Amino acid sequence: METRRSTWFDTLLVVILVPGMILALYMAFLGAPRERTMGDLQRIFYFHAPSGIVGLIAFAVNFFASVAFLIKKDRKWDGLAVAAAEMGVVFLTILLVTGPLWAKPIWLVWWTWSPRLTSSLILWLLYIAYLLIRNYVPDPERRAMMSAVFGVVAFVDAPIVWFSIRWWRDIHPSPMLETGGLSPSMRPAFYICALVFNILMIYLIRRRYFLEMARHDIERLERRIA
Amino acid sequence: MNTMNYLFAAYTAIWIILALYLYSISAREKRLREDVDRLKQQLEK
Repeated sequence: METRRSTWFDTLLVVILVPGMILALYMAFLGAPRERTMGDLQRIFYFHAPSGIVGLIAFAVNFFASVAFLIKKDRKWDGLAVAAAEMGVVFLTILLVTGPLWAKPIWLVWWTWSPRLTSSLILWLLYIAYLLIRNYVPDPERRAMMSAVFGVVAFVDAPIVWFSIRWWRDIHPSPMLETGGLSPSMRPAFYICALVFNILMIYLIRRRYFLEMARHDIERLERRIA
Repeated sequence: MNTMNYLFAAYTAIWIILALYLYSISAREKRLREDVDRLKQQLEK
């Protein structure tokens, strides 16, 4: 039976994550300079933007794992897909909570139905639906198949979220790294936060993946006993 | 509300969301261990 064992790699990730998080907070609050127009409020950016990036990467992992499951019918791909979907939802939740807290004092509204915000909310709702579907389908084979198909279809919205600020006029700022909107003195803080969030995503996906595989083994044993 | 309050609220929310997720994973791992124990007992009968 495959159960979760803390490997040297998981330990290494935790060893990197603890000082990494402290460094990320230091860079966001003290390392990066105070922005001229928005002041300290702009420091939300250092965790807000990486959350969005990491969320989209997690959904991309879900997409590729779903495709791999549909081709190979191996349950490990289903385990990876659900782990990645959950992670995407967690990081997109951070994005959707910190966004309005940044928007309110700057745009004077909590929310506006702009292309970037609307497509991000739709993406979040799609993967909430993905996770709910899994809870309501008792048969493991059918559940894995249905969620793989749903995962492939839901991912269509991810490129729309990414390109929305390039395709349409939007109140949301344009991609700052590409347009040079982010000052070079702010970039180290952004890169460190993005790196730490990616490591956090890998650690959490691994933990959730082992949980799913152990659950799968238990379901199989229960069926054998019954 | 002062802009610093929004900054504080945003970072507090981030840590609460991450802490809740870690707690949810730990709770599910605990439930799984209980399931394993229950299955072991069933097999021993």
